Amino acid sequence: MTALHELTITELSRALRARTVSSVDVARAFLARMDEHNTGLNAFISILHEAALSEAKRADARLHAGESGPLIGIPIAHKDIFCTRGEKTTCGSRMLANFVSPYDATVVQRLRAAGVVMLGKTNMDEFAMGSSNETSWFGPVRNPWDPARVPGGSSGGSAAAVAARLAPAATATDTGGSIRQPAALCGVTGIKPTYGRVSRFGMIAFASSLDQGGLITRSAEDAALLLGAMAGFDPQDSTSVELPVPDYSATLDTPIKGLRIGLLKEFFEGLEPENAQRIRDGIEVLKALGAVVREVSLPNLPLSVPTYYVVAPAECSSNLARFDGVRYGHRCESPRDLMDLYVRSRGEGFGAEVKRRIMTGTYVLSAGYYDAYYLKAQRVRALISADFERAFHEVDVVIGPTTPTPAFELGAKTADPVTMYLNDIYTIGANLAGLPALSVPCGTMQGLPVGLQIIGPHFSEPKLLNVAHRYQSETDWHRRIPPGFG
Amino acid sequence: MSLNRQDIEKIAQLARLALSESEVSAYVESLTRILAMVGELERADTSHIEPMAHPLPGQRQRLRTDEITATDQHALYQQNAPQVQAGLYLVPRVIE
Repeated sequence: MTALHELTITELSRALRARTVSSVDVARAFLARMDEHNTGLNAFISILHEAALSEAKRADARLHAGESGPLIGIPIAHKDIFCTRGEKTTCGSRMLANFVSPYDATVVQRLRAAGVVMLGKTNMDEFAMGSSNETSWFGPVRNPWDPARVPGGSSGGSAAAVAARLAPAATATDTGGSIRQPAALCGVTGIKPTYGRVSRFGMIAFASSLDQGGLITRSAEDAALLLGAMAGFDPQDSTSVELPVPDYSATLDTPIKGLRIGLLKEFFEGLEPENAQRIRDGIEVLKALGAVVREVSLPNLPLSVPTYYVVAPAECSSNLARFDGVRYGHRCESPRDLMDLYVRSRGEGFGAEVKRRIMTGTYVLSAGYYDAYYLKAQRVRALISADFERAFHEVDVVIGPTTPTPAFELGAKTADPVTMYLNDIYTIGANLAGLPALSVPCGTMQGLPVGLQIIGPHFSEPKLLNVAHRYQSETDWHRRIPPGFG
Repeated sequence: MSLNRQDIEKIAQLARLALSESEVSAYVESLTRILAMVGELERADTSHIEPMAHPLPGQRQRLRTDEITATDQHALYQQNAPQVQAGLYLVPRVIE
């Protein structure tokens, strides 16, 4: 019999409903793997033995009572940016190192209602600000494919945990690539839905016009199942979209003959030939399934990094103003007065990268600079968004690499923030335009995974998951397990 | 655009962040680099382009009826507070 950790969610779901295995058995199997491997990977900030087993018992009771929901008893991990009632929710920060959330994020609550069991909270870049998981107060996560390398970020813990089969899937968030980039670097599947598709309530805010919750899974098929339970209108999120949630699983097998793929010209400029070849290999698979490929150009896309590094820090400086050392979060010792309390609590509670972004944001929003930086960036954002809109008149999806290189070594890019920021050059565009995008593993370079990115028009998640699933039906890159984690 | 120590100290003060001497030096350098990178935006011709504040155009802020929807949970919320007394958050004395 295949070991439980090797099964996909779809397979686990079948076994649970056939009652050949119990949810408690499944949870125990993953908790044991988490205990065994977390010391090496540091993928989890919290491992929730008690909560997981009690939720698994409840799931078994539901199954026993004849309930048949496909997610009842399925264990997953949550990125530690999602508030979980009664459990620590740290956001990877010293500021929230002891914060116990009094409520559940909508995502957590919906998955719980669907019968999902919470295994633990995954490590992440502090406040989701980073592309390597090195800014976490709880230390860096290591890439299961090579522990000397980063897993990507900010959802590095989620990606490493799924890649190492410590959890069948994990929630994640994506503000500038934080789902897709770590998914690519760890050889797993990651989907960032359309802005507004998944509720942001209880998801600690970084940049509110860009943040979107999503998933890291082993396959598009698993992502379809979970996204269906997570997505949907939430009156508690003022930018949540009132549209019905389609059955993402129902259209996975739709033939893609005639699918019009746009090859993103700007994404291949400067890309290493071997990396570009992996992407072209992936596109060949789709062509063999009947897809038609043409080159498309998004001339303003190269400006997405500078646009993002105005808009995101501006929104971050505003969102993180709530951390004042008064109501919750870190407070400095013996403050002299109220101002001293604010500045020292924040100075100590936030790490170097978070402070850098708060200051960048404060600067671009300050009197005299607002028009030159913030409004200018918002105008360029409109140009980038219009580029995508034009492209989608000609093609159904656009495809390119997820990242400029495979996983880099720990410490390789920490000296210069701009070098680190350029890692997100291919992922940021989708956030600025609010578009859904996913990354699937499409090969390796020097033994390290490479990701293929598919971006579609607003609310085209069914098409993206369909294309990814058809691709994964023809390839086995998503089934590869990092050495030592089989 | 090059920043100096006074600029960084001013920004830190606006952002309510206490910085050490060495942090100030580090941020002089890194914020200058970031602003240089951001300066590329000037290349784009954005005359007659409306600023885009939100990724889904046409979305409006919803209003709801003015009803009580939340219950009083201050005791639960204050479990995370650094210092409380009699249901109140404590801060250093503000008025002498």
